[in-house]
Amino acid sequence: MTARIGVVTFPGTLDDQDALRAARLAGAEPVSLWHRDKDLKQVDAVVLAGGFSYGDYLRAGAISRFSPVMESIIEQAKAGMPVLGICNGFQILTEAHLLPGAMLRNNHLHFICRDQKLRVENAETAWTSDYTVGQEIEVPLKNMDGRYVADERTLDELEAEGRVAFRYLDVNPNGSLRDIAGITNAAGNVVGLMPHPEHAVEPLIGTGKTDGLGFFTSILKKLVNA
Amino acid sequence: MARVVVDVMLKPEILDPQGQAVQRALPRLGFEGIADVRQGKRFELEVEGPVDEAALARIHEMAETFLANTVIEDFTVKVES
Repeated sequence: MTARIGVVTFPGTLDDQDALRAARLAGAEPVSLWHRDKDLKQVDAVVLAGGFSYGDYLRAGAISRFSPVMESIIEQAKAGMPVLGICNGFQILTEAHLLPGAMLRNNHLHFICRDQKLRVENAETAWTSDYTVGQEIEVPLKNMDGRYVADERTLDELEAEGRVAFRYLDVNPNGSLRDIAGITNAAGNVVGLMPHPEHAVEPLIGTGKTDGLGFFTSILKKLVNA
Repeated sequence: MARVVVDVMLKPEILDPQGQAVQRALPRLGFEGIADVRQGKRFELEVEGPVDEAALARIHEMAETFLANTVIEDFTVKVES
């Protein structure tokens, strides 16, 4: 039986279909999850996709964090289930305290949409094992609230433990501290990043490359070998 | 009904580009002498029943878990008479 990857749809989620498609292209069985259901339908891993859940009211990800599905996801993530948060999903993961720090309005206050180069800094998480450390990838980036912040102590801790998973290359698009584009929790099962790997899984769309597919092949390999 | 106000402000060490944008616009509009602007959020809560210690404790909990993100924001709770 192939691995089941769940993708949550909140009101305002935009990229759930792309994430489901990316999971399928990697060879997984994509499973749609609904924010009001606690039931995770026996998925092996969860993707929190991009968009503007609950209109980003209050703070990006702040309201979604308290939805019924998140109760189950927080519990399972703490027990080791792999969770990937992309963009709005990353914001939800920080609001849920599954990842440290917080996401704030871009330092230039503009919505940004560009092809973004990243350096892979940690190739040992559940979602990055198909990459190599130092590898440069290019995936689309589009956000309003993409500025990663944390206090100095937390940043030093993340650096020391190798938990900065991705860093922006060439351009820091939003003022994120220490050029951080993505981080992982200590166990390596929860990963969050602002850019969108799910939009770069086929040559026809996105950057025209398939640099993002590695996230989904990584997790599939991990789950199938588990 | 009593009104309780929760004010939420970004912590002093967190960059506030919105406040900065406002501050930069001031001289253009003829308002001189403002050295810095920081922008926050104000929540006005109309509370049913008495605002006693227990009610205030609940509101404090609400502010801490939901209205403010204490990783980046400070908050104050005050009862308006």
